Amino acid sequence: MNKTVNQKAWFFVLPVLILVAFNAIVPLMTVVNYSVQETFGDNVFFWAGLRWFEEILRSPRFHDALGRQLFFTFTILAIEVPLGVIIALAMPRKGPWVSVCLVLMAMPLLIPWNVVGAMWNIFGLPELGLLGKTLNSIGFDYNYTRQPGDAWFTLILMDVWHWTSLVVLLAYAGLVSIPDAYYQAAKIDGASSWAIFRYIQLPKMKRVLTIAVLLRFMDSFNIYTEPSVLTGGGPGNSTTLLSIDLVKIALGQFDLGPAAAMSLIYFLVILLVSWVFYTVMTRGEEN
Amino acid sequence: MARITLQNLKHAYMANPQQEQDWALKEFDLEWDDGGAYALLGPSGCGKTTLLNIISGLLKPSNGKVLFDGEDVTALPPEQRKIAQVFQFPVVYDTMTVYDNLAFPLRNRGVDEATVDKRVREVAAMNDLTATLNNRASGLTADGKQKISLGRGLVRTDVNAILFDEPLTVIDPHLKFQLRSKLKELHHRVPNTMIYVTHDQTEALTFADKVVVMNVGEVVQVGTPEELFEEPHHTFVGHFIGSPGMNVLKCDISDGQAHLGGRKIATANKAGPASGLTEIGVRPEYVSFAAKGLEARIIKASDAGRFSIVEVECAGGRAKLLINEGEPVPSGTAHLSFDPKATRIYQDGWLAGRERRP
Repeated sequence: MNKTVNQKAWFFVLPVLILVAFNAIVPLMTVVNYSVQETFGDNVFFWAGLRWFEEILRSPRFHDALGRQLFFTFTILAIEVPLGVIIALAMPRKGPWVSVCLVLMAMPLLIPWNVVGAMWNIFGLPELGLLGKTLNSIGFDYNYTRQPGDAWFTLILMDVWHWTSLVVLLAYAGLVSIPDAYYQAAKIDGASSWAIFRYIQLPKMKRVLTIAVLLRFMDSFNIYTEPSVLTGGGPGNSTTLLSIDLVKIALGQFDLGPAAAMSLIYFLVILLVSWVFYTVMTRGEEN
Repeated sequence: MARITLQNLKHAYMANPQQEQDWALKEFDLEWDDGGAYALLGPSGCGKTTLLNIISGLLKPSNGKVLFDGEDVTALPPEQRKIAQVFQFPVVYDTMTVYDNLAFPLRNRGVDEATVDKRVREVAAMNDLTATLNNRASGLTADGKQKISLGRGLVRTDVNAILFDEPLTVIDPHLKFQLRSKLKELHHRVPNTMIYVTHDQTEALTFADKVVVMNVGEVVQVGTPEELFEEPHHTFVGHFIGSPGMNVLKCDISDGQAHLGGRKIATANKAGPASGLTEIGVRPEYVSFAAKGLEARIIKASDAGRFSIVEVECAGGRAKLLINEGEPVPSGTAHLSFDPKATRIYQDGWLAGRERRP
């Protein structure tokens, strides 16, 4: 076959290339540049090699933040994914209630993130917040600004409230795409509701759930705004997640080199875990 | 295995049906003998699937009863009716192997594994699935998947009837024939009552001993393929079955006799009391050219292999007739003769002089 080579095609790709270059490649490369240099201000840089990477990887502070981050992410995944599926299963498939449920579900997703943080900040205040005051009045010693356990409880509750809807909507989309014939066949085959879930609904939802898990993993691993507004990483460092720590180093201490090295490590961790997730969850489909 | 009886059955999807059109299924009675092969034939939207779902229990009729061997099962859910159903689009459980798919209905009913294994292997052999038994079901082609659906029905020993809802729709044409003969063969081996829904007359006529023809929610005629061909009870049946379909020409009635273009036409039946629309129906196979008779103008002739289909205009309508290969086709005008034994009067669509209820 004779293919005519037409270099003009590049012109069509160019706008995208420029866009990607300016919003991803150039900033990322700047970070790479910072990560191997040292600066004392005045735009004067010295070569530092891999020193910052070694420092970060050995620092207990980074290990702790990474540990907290992993704990946070896996806890919310363990709650939001099953809960989202259960809610999606309980939602009606037909009738006027469908749109009502969908709007209700979409509501938390529409609220700006810092507003979510501020809402829960006030909601949880022990003296005047609805949640804080109620818990204290029924005998719980609840104070998220002083007790790390309470801070974690509020943080996780807030994320579940904010993001379970996303899993619900994705799972629901997977559920409604199952043709009626499957349910009818299952009825005739005498399948129990558990068998219907296990062999029809779950396999059909697998694709959207993979996406849901990936999105929730990446988003929660990157989370900054809400915990920063809610607890600011405290009390102490007890809820200082990776992103909060990063901002403290970069903008609080202006240690550009270590902050850049940490960003890259952070980025590679997300990339690696996402890749592992994706490979594991889609492995079955190829054979 | 059971004899299926439908009594005064009627169904509407809306809550308060007021008019005749509101009924998806108009009232009728029907008897299906144990072990018979039946087809439900009709155009899309005529209520075939509604009727099938009522028999399987997926749908509860608004009115009337469904009896299996005289026992009223109208209120029973599908799993208690001992019915198997094969759907238009193949339903397989993607994550399971072919073996597990076939075993699924038995395992759900708590059958012991030794029996499951025996039955699954038997059914797999019947359906040519033995070679793929350990493959994932999702990797199979449409006809393979449809065989699994069918197999899940055959694997159970307690099945009263197997219902097919247009099972060959998504199958490639060259495999349709194979699968159809497979069904026929299976029916000889496993004497279950089989009910086959289709809009394809070839499928219905080759599969079934008896065909139920439906049109707009109404059972129009029940009969063997031969009866449907030789004596259609409704012009719809005449038109829908046969290729080309029956000729239907508007006619005048006087003294119970049909007249076409002022000429008296001999018919097999007599017209009933006066009614709105009166027509004459005669299949193209029973129309021939003659020296004298009804005048007709030739429009076109098309070759269909062993015979030619000639389309003519006569008595203000169009008609078709078949002539054998090699016979000359007259040009211009000609005269037609209708075989009196196969020419019938229809009043308001229905065969004149007959009880309307099929």
